[in-house]
Amino acid sequence: MALQSGADQPGADESRADEASPDVVLEARGITKRFPGVLANDTVDFALRRGQVHCLLGENGAGKSTLMNVVFGLYQPDAGELLVRGEPVRFRSSADAIAAGIGMVHQHFQLVPVMAVWENVVLGDELTRGPLLDRGAARARIAELSERYSLAIDPDAVVGELSVGAQQRVELLKALFRDADILILDEPTAVLTPQEVDGFFEIVRSLLDRGISVVFITHKLREVLAVADEVTVLRGGKAVGRADPRTATQGSLATLMVGRDVSFEVDKAPAEPGAVVLRVVDLTVADDRGVPTVSGLELQVRAGEIFGVAGVEGNGQRELVEAITGIRPSVSGSVAIGGTDVTGWNPRRIADLGVGHVPEDRSKDGLVGPFSLADNLVLNRYHRAEFSRRFVVRRDAVRRNAERLVADFDVRTTGVDVPAGTLSGGNQQKLVIARELSADLSLLIVAQPTRGLDVGSIEFIHRQIVARRDEGVAVLLVSAELDEVLSLADRVGVLYRGRFAEVLDREEATRRRCGMLMGGADQHAEEVA
Amino acid sequence: MLLAMVDLPAQDKPTRPPRTPRRGFTRLSRLQTIGVAYLLLGVTLVVQVAGALDPAQVVFLFGLGDGVPQVGVQPAAFTLGTGLLFVLAGVVALGERWTGRYAGVALLVATVLFVPLVLVTSLALSAAGTMNVVPLMGESLRVGTPVALGALAGLYAERSGVVNIGIEGMMLAGAGVGFVVYAVLGAAGGWPLYVSVVVAVAVGGLMAALHALLSVTFRTDQIVSGVAINLLAIGLTSFLRREVLLPLGIGGGSTLPTIEIPLLADLPLVGRSLFVGKPIYFTMFLIFALTQVVLFRSAWGLRVRSVGENPHAAETLGIDVVKTRYQAVIVGGLLAGLAGAWFTLETVGTFDNLITNGKGFIALAALIFGKWRPWSAFGGAVLFGFAEALGRRIQLLDVSVGGFPVPSQFLQVLPFVVTIVVLAGAIGRAIPPASVGVPFERSR
Amino acid sequence: MSEPGRRDPPGRGLASRLIETYFRAAPVTVPIYAVLTAAAVGSLVILAVGSNPVDAYGALLSGAAGSPGAIAGTLARSTPYIIAALAVAFGFKAGLFNIGAEGQLLMGALAAAWVGSSPALAGLPAVAYLPLVLMAGAAGGLLWGGIPGVLKARTGAHEVIVTIMLNAIALGAVAWVVTSPDPVLLLDTTASVPHSRPMAASARLPELIAGSGLHLGFVVALALCAVVWFVLERTTLGFEIRTSGVSPNAARYAGMSVPRIIILVLAAAGALAGIGGAGEVSGGPNGYLTPGLLRNIGFDSIAIALLARANPFAIIPAALLWGGLLSGAPLMQLRADLSLDLVLIIQALIILFVAADAIVRFLFRVRRPKRDDELGEQAIFAKGWGV
Ligand SMILES: Nc1ncnc2c1ncn2[C@@H]1O[C@H](COP(=O)(O)OP(=O)(O)O)[C@@H](O)[C@H]1O
Ligand SMILES: [Mg+2]
Repeated sequence: MALQSGADQPGADESRADEASPDVVLEARGITKRFPGVLANDTVDFALRRGQVHCLLGENGAGKSTLMNVVFGLYQPDAGELLVRGEPVRFRSSADAIAAGIGMVHQHFQLVPVMAVWENVVLGDELTRGPLLDRGAARARIAELSERYSLAIDPDAVVGELSVGAQQRVELLKALFRDADILILDEPTAVLTPQEVDGFFEIVRSLLDRGISVVFITHKLREVLAVADEVTVLRGGKAVGRADPRTATQGSLATLMVGRDVSFEVDKAPAEPGAVVLRVVDLTVADDRGVPTVSGLELQVRAGEIFGVAGVEGNGQRELVEAITGIRPSVSGSVAIGGTDVTGWNPRRIADLGVGHVPEDRSKDGLVGPFSLADNLVLNRYHRAEFSRRFVVRRDAVRRNAERLVADFDVRTTGVDVPAGTLSGGNQQKLVIARELSADLSLLIVAQPTRGLDVGSIEFIHRQIVARRDEGVAVLLVSAELDEVLSLADRVGVLYRGRFAEVLDREEATRRRCGMLMGGADQHAEEVA
Repeated sequence: MLLAMVDLPAQDKPTRPPRTPRRGFTRLSRLQTIGVAYLLLGVTLVVQVAGALDPAQVVFLFGLGDGVPQVGVQPAAFTLGTGLLFVLAGVVALGERWTGRYAGVALLVATVLFVPLVLVTSLALSAAGTMNVVPLMGESLRVGTPVALGALAGLYAERSGVVNIGIEGMMLAGAGVGFVVYAVLGAAGGWPLYVSVVVAVAVGGLMAALHALLSVTFRTDQIVSGVAINLLAIGLTSFLRREVLLPLGIGGGSTLPTIEIPLLADLPLVGRSLFVGKPIYFTMFLIFALTQVVLFRSAWGLRVRSVGENPHAAETLGIDVVKTRYQAVIVGGLLAGLAGAWFTLETVGTFDNLITNGKGFIALAALIFGKWRPWSAFGGAVLFGFAEALGRRIQLLDVSVGGFPVPSQFLQVLPFVVTIVVLAGAIGRAIPPASVGVPFERSR
Repeated sequence: MSEPGRRDPPGRGLASRLIETYFRAAPVTVPIYAVLTAAAVGSLVILAVGSNPVDAYGALLSGAAGSPGAIAGTLARSTPYIIAALAVAFGFKAGLFNIGAEGQLLMGALAAAWVGSSPALAGLPAVAYLPLVLMAGAAGGLLWGGIPGVLKARTGAHEVIVTIMLNAIALGAVAWVVTSPDPVLLLDTTASVPHSRPMAASARLPELIAGSGLHLGFVVALALCAVVWFVLERTTLGFEIRTSGVSPNAARYAGMSVPRIIILVLAAAGALAGIGGAGEVSGGPNGYLTPGLLRNIGFDSIAIALLARANPFAIIPAALLWGGLLSGAPLMQLRADLSLDLVLIIQALIILFVAADAIVRFLFRVRRPKRDDELGEQAIFAKGWGV
């Protein structure tokens, strides 16, 4: 068995932890990091060998980013020590880590969107001529690096106007520009299409060829098996084991990662679609900058089916959902719900038709952090007779409602008066789900319903969504996780540049085909090739 | 509104301004709203004003000295023509859907015409028949000096991500304390004057350091911190005035000397009006040029901007966000202090309570109007300077409408009205630094 | 990970319970400590100019509350501050920074003076006239608050700057209407110092205690506190206001119309301040309006609203403190030979320490909440430029 649990670690590993073997370039010993109320890292050991890819695997919230932020000098550990190339180090800020040859591509890009690529790259390590920035030298250096690692980046482009894939390559450039030979990649594939992921692995291999060692953070088992030379699994802040990717299987990794047997398949009966509930015709919607990001989109969702919207983020998902729910005015086209044309209606009227909406950014759009759970649970229906009488809120009704929903939806909290912002991410999302799914629904729109959540919450939420479908609700599911779309949806539309590249029945929707459509490939041409 | 509609080539161009097309006629877009206003104004001009004006020609002079170019204008005809143009611009803007980008252009042209329109009508309504435009421009620049410096004070702070509504207080403290030191030193010109200017600058920096302490270190709400700064400056300066200045019995001290810029001051027509002035006035231009370079061409400027846009990104690159914000806020404070010195040490020669009279807030408006870019903010400052200079001019000209003199209060509030109009017209498209107002918490 | 809400276990022993209570009480104790700290720093200033802090504060105290007359004076002085601070706090609750109370007070006072001195209404009995005067004040303020509301909602012009500009414009407008001899609008042509026509006797708010200066406006102010509290905390409108104050995005997603709330709140805040302005012309000692009558009341109310953490009931003690400082200052000047402006410094220091509660928390060892979320809504005052 390739897996070893942390408890009965054989001697080989212990000796490695004690006296660093010469090819260990980065080592963390007994790292502990505490946040208020959370033990994010609990005496974690970790070692990266020269020229290898070391995968850090763990589900959301396992403490992977925290560990690497400690390594990168952004967080100060509460206990434990770091060794770089065998030397003990203490990083007071990331400047120290950078000086020690460590580079990090963060899970959430750390870029300044309004500035040019070259400005983003030199920032903090500016090339100057006299008192002024040396733009020419910066450009030349970037062009050279971009060439060497085939990154294809124009140094003068404005970062905010680049695609996410290109932004990620800018992040890589930042690290390479500083001559990093230890590179930490925190969930780098989350924003890429399956095909882009393959391209990204190519880049990673070219880094290895140049002697750079890579820490690769992910929660996707498939990727671990594809790139890793070594794997460390984190669970609940602890390093629970190591695995050899040559012999491990997805199943064995999953068990180690979650701590129990899991199936990522969602149990569901075949859909029994009814009448069309949502009908979108020739819809065009502009984003905040006035650029149409949804253009001429057509969509129909029937009662009792889950329509999954796949696609790389930024292809109009947000605008589409906001236009359907009335939050964002559309430029042209129409939206009809249950046969009623609701184009131009305000969000309240649309919601009152029986439309539930789980927004993609729960903490910003779905909840009011400082408000109590009870208030959050009536955020969009305090005005109904159930909760208010002549403009005066019925506080007892609000409270009873909260107590019922918290129990029904298994929200873990000490009470309904607690501010929602103090709940964990999974419980916050359950709160939003509880509010939106408890209404009398005909249409349910869920965007990124499980982003950043642990497996337990994901399973719970998936079951809730399927249950709603089985009650005959039409469900529009938007997710950047192709796997999520494929496991829940009855039909799949791949959104590319503001319209559906193709709408596929579930059986036709393979990862490969969807991935290609997400990348904008002309599907038939590819199929032939 | 002048500058707001021009898309200046930007150093770090924010995302394109939105022109969100909307549905239906009930929700007018911003340009359409302005269009309606212009349409109404145009109709008023044509129907009401043009006919009522004295038909006699008014004459504009351009410069001082011999052979001054002059332009005669027939007020009624001019007003009629402008009115029709406004109507046209309004219609074009209202039809934004069909006219597209011409809507903005039409409004811009009409807006530019505002200035001559105001000049012509006020001159036509006054007893005088001529006006010299160049000294008016010179005065606009001079009156705009503290506003411009204040805008820069805000620029540095806000580019680094710290809202600064304490500019007024920083100016006031500089003006007050600077003058108190001057009074104590004898108030008779010479070196004490320059020492006092330095003190004023330093006091501005100190107030800014306090603002940074509150809003960066203690992460107080930045607007609240600014209010506290303003209150403190009022209390401090009026206390000092009562305790120090009044006992000394200082009426009017002498102010910074007038200097001439060699060669430039001798330029025909404009030389005497623009290139003869006082030190802080000239320094202001230098500082603007310097700011442009520092902010957009130096490493420090790059860091300041990055910290204002995305401090966490800067932090991951090893930049000390807190230190950078302190530096930027304090640099701004020094400039606000200099603006304060302009009031007491360069211009008036005494200190009265609340002598800055809201200029710090107008500076803030100029900054927003200028979309947080140095030269555009300068344009905003000059615009307000112009409004104020014009107000003074009109007061001197004895303008009367329908037999009643235009009340002085109207002219005094003119810059404030202009500010509101400009903001309503401009800010819809102004995109502040992304992280301004957001306290930064260091990762630990 | 789905761990339950992150809270520390409650303390067990009496001592730890006391400590817990101490920290829980932070919203109340921190402002009090801020006032004490400000007084301490103020005494350094007093020492610096060579006076005795004990004498000075003693005189201040007896001037403010040393006798029934002094107390009545303090209450009278506080009345406009209570109402104007409500106007500011109301804005805070919606995430709006209403710096315009100054101008709104003035416009309210102007409208009230106009109605209250109008020859056409001269014979009206007080029962009809007084509500009319207050309503006129509300209307004047409503207009002046509505303008920034509409501009913010429609064009995005930031309310901070617009209200500041409107303050200056209101001052100009009042100066013109009240003092202009050409044309005469509201000027009392018989007066030696320019001021408005006097209010009719039946348009003047009656004194609660004869000769004390304390008028019915104080009762109105207290009632308004209750009304504002009820609206904010108990009604659906208040729920909308608070939601859009804390998170405009969440409000939008929940189907609330944020622009509508912005206009409504600023207009209502203006109306509140307008009533305050009306109360001062009609209840004040003179019974007429001068441009300087309400000087700085609007600005100081910002400090009061902050001191009270935008809580409508906490505004009452905060405003009393403010009024007390002002009404006690002359005695301090007399007895300790200190300039009145010292009070301004103390006021500024109070607001400074309230704003920077971190300093106070450090000095008095009051623990900071772990996250802003736990502070609840009080944490939110204003946010950046919010464009
Ligand atoms: N800055 C922070 N403050 C408080 N808690 C944090 C912070 N960063 C992470 N956490 C918490 O620590 C745990 C681990 O988070 P993280 O390292 O981001 O997990 P992963 O990257 O494995 O998804 C989570 O429970 C998270 O909520
Ligand atoms: Mg992570």
